[in-house]
Order: sequence, then structure tokens, then C-alpha cells
Amino acid sequence: MDVMPKWAEVILVPLISLILAALLSALVILAIGENPVEAVNLMVTGAVGSTYGWGYTLYYATNFMFTGLAVSVAFHAGLFNIGGEGQAMLGGLGVALVLLFIPWPHWTIALLAATAGAAVFGALWAAIPAYLQAKRGSHIVITTIMFNFIAAAVLNYMLVNQLRPAGSMDPATERFREAVHLPSLHEMLAPIGINFSKAAPANVSLVIAIIACVLVWLLIWRTPLGLEIRSYGKSGRAAKYAGIGAVRITMIAMLISGALAGMMAINNVMGEAERLVLNAVEGTGFIGIAVALMGRSHPFGVFLAAILFGFLYQGGAELALWTSIPRELIVVIQALVILFTGALDNMVRMPLERIFLAVRTARASKSVGPAE
Amino acid sequence: MTAPAIELKGISKAFGPVQANKDISIRVMPGTIHGIIGENGAGKSTLMSILYGFYKADAGEVFISGQKTEIPDSQAAIAAGIGMVFQHFKLVENFTVLENIILGAEDGGLLKPSLSKARKTLLELEKEYDLKVDPDAVIEQIGVGMQQRVEILKALYRQANILTLDEPTGVLTPAEADQLFRILGRLKEEGKTIILITHKLREIMDITDTVSVMRRGEMTATVKTAETSPEELAELMVGRKVLLRVDKEPATPGDVVLDVKNLKVVDDQGVERLRGIDLQVRAGEILGIAGVAGNGQSELLEVLGGYEDATGTVTLNGAPIDLTGKYSDGRSRRDRGIAHVPEDRQREGLIMDFAAWENTAFGYHRDAAYTSGLLSNNAAIKADTAEKMERFDVRPPHPHLAAKNFSGGNQQKIVLAREIERNPDLLLIGQPTRGVDIGAIEFIHQQIVALRDQGKAILLVSVELEEILGLADRVAVMFDGQIMGERLTTETDEKELGLLMAGITDTDKPHTIAEIEANLAQAHGNPHKEI
Repeated sequence: MDVMPKWAEVILVPLISLILAALLSALVILAIGENPVEAVNLMVTGAVGSTYGWGYTLYYATNFMFTGLAVSVAFHAGLFNIGGEGQAMLGGLGVALVLLFIPWPHWTIALLAATAGAAVFGALWAAIPAYLQAKRGSHIVITTIMFNFIAAAVLNYMLVNQLRPAGSMDPATERFREAVHLPSLHEMLAPIGINFSKAAPANVSLVIAIIACVLVWLLIWRTPLGLEIRSYGKSGRAAKYAGIGAVRITMIAMLISGALAGMMAINNVMGEAERLVLNAVEGTGFIGIAVALMGRSHPFGVFLAAILFGFLYQGGAELALWTSIPRELIVVIQALVILFTGALDNMVRMPLERIFLAVRTARASKSVGPAE
Repeated sequence: MTAPAIELKGISKAFGPVQANKDISIRVMPGTIHGIIGENGAGKSTLMSILYGFYKADAGEVFISGQKTEIPDSQAAIAAGIGMVFQHFKLVENFTVLENIILGAEDGGLLKPSLSKARKTLLELEKEYDLKVDPDAVIEQIGVGMQQRVEILKALYRQANILTLDEPTGVLTPAEADQLFRILGRLKEEGKTIILITHKLREIMDITDTVSVMRRGEMTATVKTAETSPEELAELMVGRKVLLRVDKEPATPGDVVLDVKNLKVVDDQGVERLRGIDLQVRAGEILGIAGVAGNGQSELLEVLGGYEDATGTVTLNGAPIDLTGKYSDGRSRRDRGIAHVPEDRQREGLIMDFAAWENTAFGYHRDAAYTSGLLSNNAAIKADTAEKMERFDVRPPHPHLAAKNFSGGNQQKIVLAREIERNPDLLLIGQPTRGVDIGAIEFIHQQIVALRDQGKAILLVSVELEEILGLADRVAVMFDGQIMGERLTTETDEKELGLLMAGITDTDKPHTIAEIEANLAQAHGNPHKEI
């Protein structure tokens, strides 16, 4: 029998980790002479206290869902895709090319095409490290990291030398056409009488991200391919025994992973900036690792963790804006959350397991009755 | 009355939820051979690890020759006169025998005086106990039997009075095992105390004076060997009466199902692991492959199971099978009607974190019955699993439980149910009862015989000679990647097979143990390869 019931595993462990991270963050805030209660207050009102705050929180969360899912799918195959950053950059390039060079009549078709473009570019960028891993045994962690740098260089070249409008000093493409403007949550919710903030960047991509969560769940837990991916991730030898090809699974898992990371671009490039800028991804690819860790690589967990990190991002930005708490401290808080939920998982798990065990033994001996 | 050489009182040890040892008390008198028998997971090795200072007991006391002794680490165990020979030897492969013996017991900073002192002591020990080794031989060039003697010498060199051996015959041929038992008898005569841990009833009956039986972490009985029988011991181990021999009718072999010709495999290091195997398995017969572990049996299964490339020809029902390329994988083999119960069920046959129902579909997960459109038909798989679990008496019968939560025997039943119920033409089965409780062994053997009686061909690989002799109709003996000979199981015995296992084909003539060992040492196989 498993030591802990499933609910404790899925909810209690991350929750306690989160509370520990919050307590430690409070101590740090105290140490620099600020009031932690006030800080929490500010973060909560700033991130979820208004539709404006929600709009930003959900915007960030959408990004994190895509990169979190990307990391999760690779995790299931036992692959550590650290290249979400680069794949998302290339996804942005894919979106920009699709939208700049084809005059789409309506945003719906444009969104489908841009999603495909983003996915293809992201997947292709993941394909090279995947191939090197599958065929040559080059470690995927090393190659995907290196490909992040190459992606940055490619994007730099494309923006500065190719896509920058003549005469512009800004390494960015021109604005996409008005026809491909994605409806924001404000525009989507107005017809049903909800007055959502007009300024917030959350947009219809959120729906695509949620659909992606459902599809990934179906893929991983409801298809033969998902079983193969998970088997390969758990035991390479068992997969070999069953006739599941290592090369095939490595390629497929990484292509899906890269495509998901690339798809983030429909949110930040097409939905928010409406043009491709140089530093569009801003570390979201790396946050995806934390999101996947915290979400236990389960799409629903990723969904929740993405919203939490969206909250931390938006709340942190508000905190930096309204208090003298420096921006760097926000990074510290985020790092603590990652540390406790990801890296220090066992610190919470072990004592919890012991408690559950003690409770169960006590209950078992009671039900059997006193020993003679 | 003399004090016992070792007395354990109330030893308990738990690993998380598992109570590995529960209130164990045992007295071992000096100058005796004391057997500890029990199934895998009964807690034998844990108990010995506590005695040798690897684990700290949660409760209980250890007395050595009547003195209460604390054993916090292996240094303390050695100081208390306890020597340990592990199942997997702890020798430095590229050191000489002498160097291995002094390793960790050097006196002073210079090696030379230690080595010459050790050489002298070694000669004395050799004379005293008839333990022949060549002090200057390099470990990787000597046979397993001699390596084991080096381990024993290591303990004696450290002045051990109590020698513990954990499953010492697992990698030995019958002749080598006899040799080991002679040495143990000699050690006993000289007043040493020996604790022998094994799961083989026959060894217990042959050489021990007293025997303790362990079951599920508890010591269920300690009896004088002369006053017990294998049947009684088996019953004490399992907790109910068991049938120790396989019940089967003579085989009625039909057409050739599997035909293997000149099969060769070269491993990554360029060593030839299979050196031209020829064999045939007919419908309705069980061909057993005997041999010391690491002589190519694993590779043979891997090639036939489709996950190791090879050269040569293999035909199934007359049609050739691909040995390399796209159609040489597990899936293609299954499509051809070859089912495979692999040697290592925990790393190959099952995925331990997966639920029983996922494991039941594993390998056949793209089967039409298990899918609907693009999706898996999980409901169908679960229903099928529940049925299979009932038919194969898997306990507990919960399809949702992860494989790791089942006992070894029940895990094996899950694999067997999956493979046998596909109604294959050929069943490959490796170590069917390794780590399986005696109660389940009976059931597994019945299933294999039943499949044979349905007219299927079965290729059985096992390192347990007893199992091969009981279950197979014909036996082929492998040594160093080759087949040394084939016999009908009704017309051979352990002695003859033992010689074949050492690569000696003129089995009618007498052979010395030295000759057998020299032969074994030349083989390329690695009997300690973990499978």
C-alpha cells in the first residue's frame, strides 16, 4: 500500500510546502524592515483584488500553462527539457512570420494558423536536441540549454537584420494587422455582462491553454501513446521489452514538448505585444520547470500551479510598485516557492508519511483489538 | 553448558511500513552449522545486516560468546569475530587475491610487510582448512568458486570465529557447491561457527546441524535438522502444506515450433555472448536451458524476445523471424505469437509504479480489444485485468493497486496472466520462480505445464537446476555462450548437468574439482551480472 492517501500526496504536500515558503518569505520581509502582513495584503489585492489584477495574473498564468505542460510531457518520458525558453522564442518567430506575411481575413483563422506556426517552430527547435539525444546520446539537458542561447542569437539576427521595418531603431517587427487582433477577456466577457478590465492583457489564448491542458491529459492518461511515453520514462528496459522504441518516444515526446512551449507565443506575441520584440519570453520557459514540478507533471496540477505563479508574478510586480521592497526580493520569494515545492519536496513528505503511518498503525491495532 | 557463539534477543527492525524483523531471538552454538531458511523477503538478509553492523536494530540485543556486544558498524563486527560472505562478492576485480585479502587490514603505511605476512598466514590457513587459492592470481581471472574462497579467507584472515554465508551456492555449479560444503564441514571441525542463509531446502538438509525458519520477518521455528524433513520445513516457511515436486504427465512433442540455427550475439564490448546456438523447441514440450548465470541465457531470451540484435536464423512454425531492423522488436514478436515472461520482472516485465491494470495491457496496449479509436479503452482493460487476476489468483485482486505493492509471487502472476492468456505459440520464460514464495511456485509451475499440455512450445531459462529437472522435458546446458549438450530430464541428473554447466562434455569420466574450476574461469560470462 502507498503510505499516503492520494489527496495528501496531491494537495497536502504542495500546500504545506507553500505555507513554509510563505513563512520564510515573511521572515525575509521582516528582516528588511517591512511589514509582511501588509505585503501579503498588497500582493493579494494587486493580483486578484480587481479584474485588472486578475487580467494580469491570468495572462501570466496562460504563459506558464504552456511552458509547464511542455516540461511535463517531456518529464513523463524521463526527459528534462530545459529548452522551453528557446522553443518559446522560436514559437514567437513562427507566429510573427505567419501573421506578417499572410493577410488573414479574421482573427479566428489567424489564431489557428498562428498556433500551428508557433507549434511547428517550437517543435522543430526541440527536434534537433531530441534527435541528438535519441541517436547520439547527447544529453538533452545540455543541448536544450545550448539551444536557448542559439535561439536568442537567431531571434536577434532575424529582428535586427530581417524583420525590423526600415528606419526603425527598435529591434522588433512592425505591428500585426488590426484584423488579427485577439479578443481580450474584456471583449469576450462584455457580451455576457461582465465588466472586465480593458487594460489587462489576458486574452482568448487562455482558452487555448486550458484546451491544451485537457488534450495533454488525454494524451498522457488515455491513449496508448501516453502509456508508451510514461513507460519509457519509468523504465527504459521495460519499454524495450514491450517493443516501445526509444528513438521514437524521445522524438515524439520532445516534439510535443517543443510545440507546447512554442505555443506560448500566441499569448505573449499575438495576444499581448501584437508584434515580436527581442525579449518576449522573459524567463517563462524556466518558470515552466517550476510549474511542472509543483503540478507533479499533471495537467490539472500544472493549471493550478500556473495560476499560483501568475499570482506571484503579478502580486510581486504590485509589491515592487507600491512599497520599498526591492524587485529582487520578489525573485527571492518566487525562488523560495520553487525551492520548497520542487527541490525540498522530501522535507515535507517524509514527516507527513511518518504521521500517516503512525495513524494507520494505531487504527489497525485498534481494529484488531489488544494483543494477548 | 557453553555459551552460544551468537545469541540474538528480541531483534526488531522496520523500514517505513515494512516490519522486516519482528522480535527475533536465536541461539547458535559454537562449532555448529546453523541454517537460516526463509523465502525472499522473509527478513534473513536484514537480520544478517544487523549482525554485521550495516543496519541498526530498532530493538533487541546481541550476545557474542555470552558477552553483550554492540555492533554499530562492520569494523565492530569484525572485531567481534564475525565474518560475512555476501551473495555478491566484495572483491576488487583487478587486484590479486593477496591484495584483496589485506585490503582494509593492512598493518602500517607500507604494503610489503603486510603482503608477506599475509602470504605466510594464507599458507597456514590453506593447510588448515584445505582452502586452495593462488595468492598471486588476479580476481577477474579466477572462477567464481575460487572468488568465494577468497571471501572466506578474507574473513578467516581477520580471525573470524563466526562465518556467515548469504546464499553461497547461487552462482556455483553442483560440483563447486559440494566443494564449498566440504570446506564448511572442515571449518566446523576446527571449531568455527557457521551461519548459512539459503532458500534451498536441500542444502539445509545436507549440511546443517540446526535450522531456523523465518517467515514474514518472524522466526517461526528452530529445529534440529536431523529431526525434520523438507516437507515440514516448507510448511513452516509458507504456513501451509505445499507440493514440492511438479506434477506432470510425460510430454507428447509435436512439430518443431522454434528452430534456432547458429545464433550469435556480440555485446557492446565486442565480446561474443552467444557463440553459435542451435536448438529446437517442439509443440507440447518444455525445453529447459540450464547453466550458471551469465553464460548467455539472458542474451538468448533477449534475442528471441526481440530486444537484442543477433545473427543467424530463427524460424517460428517454419517462417523466419527478423533478428535485426524494424521488425525485430518486442511488438513484432508478440504479433508473431511469441510471449515472453522476462527474467527481471521488476525492471522489464512490469513497471512498478503503474497500476496492475496498466501492467496487464503493457506490451499489448495497442491491441484492438484495448483501444477505441485513438484512445485506450481503459474500462475494457480494467475488466480484463479483474478477470485475469481472479483466474490467476492474484492477491489482493485490486486492478488499481500499483505493481510495487504486490508480493514477488503475485507480481509474477500478473506477468504470467498477461503472457499466457494471449494464447501464444511459443512462451519464453526466464527465472519463473525467482523471488517467488513457495506457495506461488506450485501454482506457476502448474500454469506452465497446463500451457504445454495445450500443445504450446515453452522455452524455460532457470539457474535453479532443481526447477529445470522438475519442470522441463528436455534440457540444454549453456556454457560460455554455447550449448554443451542436450539431455532428456528423465535420463540425466544434477551431477551430469553440473559437469556440462562447467563446459565438460565427456561426462562419463571422473573430473577433479580443479579441472572444473579451471574451465569455469575461462568462460567470458559474468555470473554476477544482475538480472
